[in-house]
Amino acid sequence: MSEWQPRILAILCNWCSYAGADLAGVSRMQYPPSIRVVRVPCSGRVDPLFILKSLQSGFDGVLVSGCHPGDCHYISGNYVARRKFAVLKPLLEFIGVEPGRVQFSWISAGEGDRFAKVVTRITEDVRELGPATRLVKKL
Amino acid sequence: MNTTDNLRKTIKTLISEKKVDLFLGWEKGSLPLSATPLFVTTGEQAERAIFDVTCGNNLSIYFTKDKKQYANKKVGIAVKGCDARSVVLNILEKQIKREDVVIVGVPCNGVLDKKKVLAATEGREVLELVDNGDTVTVKGKGFELSLNRQEILSSSCLACIYPDAQEYDFFMGEARGEVPNEERVKEIIDFQNLPDSDRWEQTRAEYQKCIRCYACRNVCPSCYCNVCFVDQNDPKWIGSTCEYTDSVIFHVIRNLHVAGRCVECGACERACPMDINLLMMNRKVAMEVKDRFGDVAGLDINGKPAMSDFKEDEKQKFIMG
Repeated sequence: MSEWQPRILAILCNWCSYAGADLAGVSRMQYPPSIRVVRVPCSGRVDPLFILKSLQSGFDGVLVSGCHPGDCHYISGNYVARRKFAVLKPLLEFIGVEPGRVQFSWISAGEGDRFAKVVTRITEDVRELGPATRLVKKL
Repeated sequence: MNTTDNLRKTIKTLISEKKVDLFLGWEKGSLPLSATPLFVTTGEQAERAIFDVTCGNNLSIYFTKDKKQYANKKVGIAVKGCDARSVVLNILEKQIKREDVVIVGVPCNGVLDKKKVLAATEGREVLELVDNGDTVTVKGKGFELSLNRQEILSSSCLACIYPDAQEYDFFMGEARGEVPNEERVKEIIDFQNLPDSDRWEQTRAEYQKCIRCYACRNVCPSCYCNVCFVDQNDPKWIGSTCEYTDSVIFHVIRNLHVAGRCVECGACERACPMDINLLMMNRKVAMEVKDRFGDVAGLDINGKPAMSDFKEDEKQKFIMG
């Protein structure tokens, strides 16, 4: 049987990370086919509820990516997002969700190679953890 | 002169001098273990005001949950340390104006947790309670017990750092100042040192008890969205059953909504019918907020709630390199 391929939700901001993913694609960079992309206007749009909800509905991991600090299209969206994630991540780890499942990164529109690397890394991390069981709704 | 007499006198003066239209305080409840909110508009009503170990209610919730009632009115409010921080937050969040509220601080030595009293009486009904300071006497049919105050205090009070109002117009008695409290973090650090599978098992066991009555949300002074995310139908974020993942998500998100705004008054925990250790998550979030952003909710009336503020050079080790 072929190796288990995790399913990871990638929430990417329209202006940087989504364009970064696009660049990785048009540059024909190789990365694992494990992500499902959701495009959001800004990383500040990402409600922690989206992240928890995707874990609950069976995603094995969640990647949230936005513009580098200082590069936000809306000036300060990613700073606000950073505060949210800075509290969300330790809280999720605190209640016992494995640290590798939910990850954040900054990827600019020019960093196609970085996008490929980040996806490879989170896929490896999640593969090591195995399929998600905690917080998954089984009904 | 004790706190209650002092409080009554102050309320009377405020009402007679027309400094306030309405004063929010506590009166003896119909049940001995909990005081009832008191709304004073006349001098006679002020005679009913009390302050003792049963006054657990955080009265600041009236400013946000019954907003229309308090618009364009001068309101006086009796506050413990935690309640004062709630009032400050309400002011910061523009729910009330500082000049429209007269804050009367009371020296607080903690309020009781009904569940702990009932455990001490082994479930026998308490018919009378007398607050003697260090001890609390409870009487019921065929028994009389003198309980150590520390044993029946709400867990939020045992972990309290700021028992006095930090922002007030009048203070009834002597302030205790800041109480260093190591207990507060011990439970959290012990829990953090467990492996993640154990932590998850404990979280699961704890929140599996939740019956989603939303009492914690309804009683919370910081929870006042017009439509709570759990009540939304489209999209319906949270299932209606007591399934535990839904419960965990509800509590995590509620905690994040009150991140940097929770004053740890413990109202949620006292309201919880299932005896869930709700405050642990709140305290963890408060610790993170303090460590990362240096903010404590409701202390600084000129500040900003932590989550609606940012600095450009914040620690971001948690972000993938």
